[in-house]
Amino acid sequence: MEPALRETVTQREQSMVLNDVNMLYHIYATVPPKTQRLMLELQRDNHVEYLLRGLQHLGPSFCSLDAKICCKPFFWHITLCRPWICYWILHSIALLGESVDATLEDKTIDFLSCCQDPDGGYGGGPGQMPHLATTYAAVNALISLGGDRSLTSINRDKMYMFLKRMKDPSGAFRMHDAGEIDVRACYTAVSVARILNILDDELVHNIGNYILSCQTYEGGISGEPGSEAHGGYTFCGLAAMILINEADRLDLPALIDWVVFRQGVEGGFQGRTNKLVDGCYSFWQGGIFALLQRFHSIIGERPTLVDAGGADCSIDSIQTTAESDLSEDEESSDGTSSQDDEACHFQHGGSQEASCSVNDKSAEMGPLYHSIALQRYILICSQDPGGGLKDKPRKPKDYYHTCYCLSGLSVCQHSWLKDEDSSPLPRAVLGPYSNVLEPIHPVFNIVLDRYQEAHEFFTRS
Amino acid sequence: MNSDEEEERQPERLPISRRPEWADVTPIPQNDGPNPLVPIAYKEDFRETMDYFRAVYRADERSPRALELTKEAILLNPGNYTVWHFRRQILEVLNADLHDELAFVGRIAKSNSKNYQIWHHRRWVAEKLGTDASNKELEFTKKILALDAKNYHAWSHRQWVLTALGGWEDELDYCKKLLEEDIFNNSAWNQRHFVISRSPLHGGLRVMRDSEVSYTVEAILTNPENESPWRYLRGLYLDDTESWINDPRISSVCLKVLSTKSNYVFALSTLLDLICHGFQPSDEFREAIYALHASESEPLDSDLGKAICHVLKYIDPMRANYWLWRKSKLPLRAVSSQ
Repeated sequence: MEPALRETVTQREQSMVLNDVNMLYHIYATVPPKTQRLMLELQRDNHVEYLLRGLQHLGPSFCSLDAKICCKPFFWHITLCRPWICYWILHSIALLGESVDATLEDKTIDFLSCCQDPDGGYGGGPGQMPHLATTYAAVNALISLGGDRSLTSINRDKMYMFLKRMKDPSGAFRMHDAGEIDVRACYTAVSVARILNILDDELVHNIGNYILSCQTYEGGISGEPGSEAHGGYTFCGLAAMILINEADRLDLPALIDWVVFRQGVEGGFQGRTNKLVDGCYSFWQGGIFALLQRFHSIIGERPTLVDAGGADCSIDSIQTTAESDLSEDEESSDGTSSQDDEACHFQHGGSQEASCSVNDKSAEMGPLYHSIALQRYILICSQDPGGGLKDKPRKPKDYYHTCYCLSGLSVCQHSWLKDEDSSPLPRAVLGPYSNVLEPIHPVFNIVLDRYQEAHEFFTRS
Repeated sequence: MNSDEEEERQPERLPISRRPEWADVTPIPQNDGPNPLVPIAYKEDFRETMDYFRAVYRADERSPRALELTKEAILLNPGNYTVWHFRRQILEVLNADLHDELAFVGRIAKSNSKNYQIWHHRRWVAEKLGTDASNKELEFTKKILALDAKNYHAWSHRQWVLTALGGWEDELDYCKKLLEEDIFNNSAWNQRHFVISRSPLHGGLRVMRDSEVSYTVEAILTNPENESPWRYLRGLYLDDTESWINDPRISSVCLKVLSTKSNYVFALSTLLDLICHGFQPSDEFREAIYALHASESEPLDSDLGKAICHVLKYIDPMRANYWLWRKSKLPLRAVSSQ
C-alpha cells in the first residue's frame, strides 16, 4: 500500500464540511453573548410558519417536488410522496407544541383518505398502489393529528390484509406488491401493525431472522444481508426487533460501539463509517440511544444482555451514572479538553450549566452519546433561522430534514430522563429552556401524548 | 440507441389528446378529494400523461402503446412505483426485448441513481435475463460507482448480481482497486468482506483470513485514524473470538500504533475489546499506555482496562460517557488479573 500522500475523495469532502462547520463554531465563539444566545435559540415561530405554509400550499416550483424533496441520501425516495410530506410537517408541528386548525385538519384527513387503497394500505397519492413506506407515513400523520375522526379514518381490517399480502414467505416484508424486500419494509410494517393493535404471530413470524442476517461485521444493520451498516437501517432494524421483543438476539454491544462512533467531531452524526455528517441522522442514529434507553419500558420487561466480555449489561443501565471518578470529567464532558479544539471547543453561551455538572457528584452523566454537542450541531449548523432545518451548512432546508432534525433535538433534550413524564433538566437543554420540544415515542417517532391517545384508542376499539 | 435518446428528449411534444392512436381513450383526472392538501402544481404534460396512464392502468391494458406511455410517464417522474409496476406487467405479457429494457433503465439511472424503483426494476429485468446479464450488470454498477463510490443502491445491486448471477472472478481485484483510490471508502471495505466471506472462489473467510489480516494491518499502519480497516480487522474473526485474541498480529498492530503516540483511539479501543474478551496484555502494553499519560499528574489505574477507558475518555471527549460506561461494564476477570 502506498503511503497516503495525496488526499482521497473521502478526506477532501470531509475537510470541506469540517471547514464550514468550524467556521460557524468560530463565529459563535467570537460574537457577543447576546448574539450567541440568539444563535442557540430554536426559531420556533419561523419554523411553524415554514411548516404551515408547506401544508397549505406547495408552490409552483414543486412541480419537480419529487427530486427536490424526496431525493435524500436516506430513505424514502418515494416520489409523489405527499403522505410523507404530511407526516414530516404534522409531526414537526406537534414537536413544536403547535396544532393545525380545524379546516386544515379536515383537509388532511380527507386527502389521506383518498390515498387509502380500497384493499388496505396507503399509496403515494390518490390512485397509486399501496406502499408500506407511504402507509407508515399516512398512519403516523393521522396519529400526529389525533382526534377520533382522524383515527377512525384508518381501515384496520383492510390494513391487516394488506400487511399480510406484503409478507414474504421468508418472513420479511415487501415494500409493495412484488416490490423490494428490506429492513425498512420490516420496520414500517411492524410499526404500523403494532400501533394499530393488529400485530399477531403470523405477521411477526421470522422477521427476527431476517433482521439478524442484516447485522454486519461493523455492528450496525444494513438494508439487505451483505450490505453496509447504515444509520437509517440500524434504527429500523433495532426498532422492529424491540417491537417484536427480539432485540436481545442482536449483538447489542457491537451495535452500540458502532453507533457511538458515528458521532463526529462536528457533533452531528454520519450515516455510515467515513461518510459525511447529516442533520437527519440526529434522529436515525441519536434515536437509537433513546430506543436502547427505553427498551425495557417499551417491552415491559427487563432483558439482560451478556456483553462481549461476559459482564452483565442490562439495557436499563445504558446511561452512565455518576461514579467516583466523575471529577475527572471536568475537561472532557463538554469537549473542551483536547485535539479537535475548533469543533469541540465551545462555550455554552446562554446555558453554562448545559454541560455535565461537574460539581454535583450525584448527577447522572446522561446518555452514551454527546447530547450537547449534537444539539449544538442541530441549532447552529442545521438550522435556517428564517425557518426550516437542513442536512448541513450550504444545503437547502426541506421538510424531511426539518422533521428529523427536530425529532433528534427532542431526543437529545429528553435523553437524560429515565421517567418519560418529567420535564428535561435545564442542563440537558442547550440554549434557552424555551427550546424544549415535546417528547417523542422513539420507536414510532410520534409525539408521546399523540402516541398515548392512539394507543388507548386502538386498544379500546 | 441514439435515435432512442432523441426520441426521449422530445423537444416538441405532441399532446396525447392530439395523437390519433389515443383517440379511443378517455383520460381519468386525479381525484384528490374536494379539498386537496399539499397540492402540487403539475405541469400540463405531466398532468395529461398521468391522466392517460390512469385510464390504461384502470383498464389493465397491457399493449405496446401502454408500454410506450409508461415510458413517457417514467421520464417525467422516475419515482412513481405504480407506473414501474404496471410496466413490468406489460413487459411480461408482450414478451418484450429485455436488453432494450436494460438500456432504457440505464439511461434513467444515470441521473437518478438513488431511486429505489429504478434499482428494483433493474433487478427484475436482470433476473429474467439470467446469468447472461451478469457482466452487463457488473459493468453498469461500475459506471455508477465511478461517479459515487459509496452509492448504497449500486452496491446492493452489485451484491445481488454476484449472488444470483455470478461473476465473482474479478471482484476482489475491483475492491483492491477502489481501496487504492480511496482507502477510506468503507463501502469498498464492506464489499471486500462480502467477497471473502461469500465468494465460492476463495474458500471462505477462514481460508482468506491470513492474507487479509496482512493487508488490513498494512492499511491500518498507513492511516491509523481510518476506522474502516479497524472494523474490518475485527470482522475477519466474527465467529472465532479465540483466534482473534490469540493472533499476535492483532495486539501488535495496536502496540505499534500506540508507540507512535498519535491517532491511537482505535488502537486503544481495540485493545480494550481484546482485554474484555480475555486477552492478557504483557508489560509492554502497560508501558505503552502509561507513556501516553505521562504528562498527567494523576496516576493511571493499575487495572489496564480501567486505565484504557480513562485515557480514551480524555482523548475522545465526544464519547466520554461511552468510555465511562465501558469502564463500569468491565468484566471482573480483567479486574482480578491484577
